[in-house]
Amino acid sequence: MTQATTNSVHDQPNIEVKSSWSFLRSHMREYGILFALVAIMIFFQITTDGILLKPVNLTNLILQNSYIIIMAVGMLLVIVAGHIDLSVGSVMGFIGALAAVMIVNWDIPYPIAAILCLIAGGLIGMAQGFWIAYLRIPSFIVTLAGMLVFKGLTLWLLAGQSVGPFPKQFQLIASGFIPDLFGGEDLNLFSLFIGVLVALIIVGLAVRSRMEAAKTGSIEEPFLFFAAKNALIFIALIYMSWLMADFRGLPNVFIVMALLIAVYSFVTSRTTMGRRIYAIGGNEKAAMLSGINSKKLTFFTFANMGVLAALAGLVFAARLNTATPKAGLGFELDVIAAVFIGGASMAGGVGTVVGAVIGAFIMGVMNNGMSILGIGIDWQQVIKGLVLLAAVVFDVMNKKKG
Amino acid sequence: MSTILEMRAITKEFPGVKALDQVSLSVAEGEIHALVGENGAGKSTLMKVLSGVYPHGSYTGDIVYDGEVKSFGSIRDSESDGIIIIHQELALVPLLSVAENIFLGNERAQRGVIDWRQTREGAAEVLERVGLHEHPDTIVDNLGLGKQQLVEIAKALSKNVRLLILDEPTSSLNETDSEKLLDLLLEFKARGITSILISHKLNEISRVADTITVIRDGTAVSRLDCSAGISEDDIIRDMVGRSLDDRYPPRIPHARDEIAMEVKNWCVTHPLHAEREVVKDVSFNVKKGEVLGIAGLMGAGRTELAMSLFGGSYGANIRGEVLMNGTPVQMPNVRSAINAGLAYATEDRKTYGLVLDDTIRRNVPLADLEGVANGIVVNSAKEAAVGNQYRDRLNIKSSSIEQETVNLSGGNQQKVVLSKWLFSDPDVLILDEPTRGIDVGAKFEIYTVIRELAASGKAIIVISSELPELLGITDRLYVMNEGRFVGEMPTEDASQEKIMATIIKSGDQA
Repeated sequence: MTQATTNSVHDQPNIEVKSSWSFLRSHMREYGILFALVAIMIFFQITTDGILLKPVNLTNLILQNSYIIIMAVGMLLVIVAGHIDLSVGSVMGFIGALAAVMIVNWDIPYPIAAILCLIAGGLIGMAQGFWIAYLRIPSFIVTLAGMLVFKGLTLWLLAGQSVGPFPKQFQLIASGFIPDLFGGEDLNLFSLFIGVLVALIIVGLAVRSRMEAAKTGSIEEPFLFFAAKNALIFIALIYMSWLMADFRGLPNVFIVMALLIAVYSFVTSRTTMGRRIYAIGGNEKAAMLSGINSKKLTFFTFANMGVLAALAGLVFAARLNTATPKAGLGFELDVIAAVFIGGASMAGGVGTVVGAVIGAFIMGVMNNGMSILGIGIDWQQVIKGLVLLAAVVFDVMNKKKG
Repeated sequence: MSTILEMRAITKEFPGVKALDQVSLSVAEGEIHALVGENGAGKSTLMKVLSGVYPHGSYTGDIVYDGEVKSFGSIRDSESDGIIIIHQELALVPLLSVAENIFLGNERAQRGVIDWRQTREGAAEVLERVGLHEHPDTIVDNLGLGKQQLVEIAKALSKNVRLLILDEPTSSLNETDSEKLLDLLLEFKARGITSILISHKLNEISRVADTITVIRDGTAVSRLDCSAGISEDDIIRDMVGRSLDDRYPPRIPHARDEIAMEVKNWCVTHPLHAEREVVKDVSFNVKKGEVLGIAGLMGAGRTELAMSLFGGSYGANIRGEVLMNGTPVQMPNVRSAINAGLAYATEDRKTYGLVLDDTIRRNVPLADLEGVANGIVVNSAKEAAVGNQYRDRLNIKSSSIEQETVNLSGGNQQKVVLSKWLFSDPDVLILDEPTRGIDVGAKFEIYTVIRELAASGKAIIVISSELPELLGITDRLYVMNEGRFVGEMPTEDASQEKIMATIIKSGDQA
């Protein structure tokens, strides 16, 4: 039905525009968050006299927020499954400390140390997931305990001291850029090439899935809306990669992040496992009676969260070039806030990886922009808190209306 | 005796269902008035109208209480007039004390500060009146169900009750506790308190009731005076006496000789109370192409039987043997039960059947996601095709398969649950109360699907509390009562009277 109307009005642009608007209004929950990010970016771009999107600042913005985004991806799965993980900040700090002790104090080669750290993160996640999934202890309690335990273990491991510096190679995880294989001089051509390639792939995939949907007649999005959306995404991606190419190219961390986002987006939206995690978060009883192993999946989401927290810990340690007892303090709150700003529901079953990443960027851009404007850390906290509340209120009101 | 309560021509509609149609009820002061009828006949709805759960304005008709027309807006209003309802599920806070529960919402307090002395003394006094010798500080959770029921009644007394309504008060009590409770009602009667008793247990009713009103299909069909001497058979006939017209699709027998599933000596105990056996030594079989019914009252153990079979989803210490197509199978979890060819569509679709915030498209393949996936990747085109196929086949009224199931009507939600299990392609499909709370039109559609499935060789087991439904769509019936199978009959030989009699006789023996 929808398809018939959209096809027949191609020659009537006015109706097409109208249906695009009404589509947008009815899908405000999905796109509202993206508009919020764009609006916040425009606001700070103007108030900071264009500093926000300067190549060096944009690169910094991404580096500063990489570990939050990495953890937000894992947290999204945990929250969609209907749980919460308060321990990620402490686990991240603990793994950073573990890496420092292994690499700096014990001279273990950094690749081996990094792998051991990821395994340790996975084991920590499994240990917490075991209580939550198999013994049904509320995740809030288990991970609150984990938060205290790993905060303490970090202090113990570092004996209250900072440990560093790391070898040069290890630092490159967080501060390196991908080399320019094309030998561009002022501009990192290879980075730009990758940016264009990714933009093309994303638009290509969108076109393909629209064509598939057309076959089954289940298109809902008006064509104009679809075209405008993809054009904007395409331009934004190329513009961003051009900006970064203009500085030193794409950071290594950015590549890691982008891969994680791509893989987890795919897993959550397209695989049977992702579908099942949404189902157990949406209605665990119904999911279990549909033959879904909710224990195993819950256990997995926490194990996965542990690995990602460990990865974030490595990135953070490499970025600071030292492990400190205070690393990761309070990060769990930023991560959880990012996921909720991104549209996830406290009750579980709702949320997207891309939403969580956008949520993290909203927090990041606000931190960055307010710092440039010289707003004190006191008011930054207040404003961030209000933004979190506003985002969730908006989401709930929109849901009621729908 | 004067009339304390008269409900005149009460009509109450829910979307798509007329729950009460011009029901009138007249209760004399100081009598015990029994309200009987099948599950879903409208007894509880009528009492909810009376107690203000459904406020004035949401129904039509008049409530005349104590000679005045009343318009109760909430339970508080009816309680202040001395009408107290005690629901089947007790409304006590388990971790508070007896005294705290008795005065909950009605605290003995001075300017918001609780007067504990008055609370305890008041509680002790009403406990004495119901004959419960427990200390007022006892935590309710530590009392047995029978005593908890008495606490509820004590709570009603503390509110100066004049008309006490009890909804299935003995359904979860043992014989001795039930006797005590009935004696208490007779004692209240002697003191001038009027009671309305909703019950299935006809032997109890004939013991204590003065007058009986029978409700059927949302209308009051008869009013019987017990002093004239009536038999249980009279009551049963009035409860079920309706003809089976064309509300059911034609029953063409398709049962084949091959047995699809056979269950032997199935025993299940309650998951929390290890001494309570919920399913007792049940054996049965269902043939390919057969629609098998399991009749019984609420609490007979039918759902428990079905869920324990379905991968041990209910109960503890499950024993017995299951053969699917002649081969013994072990079903330790739901996945293995589905793989063995069993499906179970729950009686409670909102809690156990659907992911309500998800769309039709995402709910339908949930029990067999591999069926719409290539490897581990969901094929969204295939998924949409499956969603559309079932939406058309079962006539699910919705804007599209992208509609969230929370916004569907009960009948259409039920069709989504059914779609989910049809898509998993089972050999044996257990349907638990497949038409509860849905309208007549959707019921017919679901019956038609059931008969079609049987025609295609599937074995269907229908659990239902609506006897006409079982008589209308099944080929063979088992009767279950108090955890046991107490009777088996071909549907063509069965009647509602016969089933009810089987249940009641088995209960009398126990």
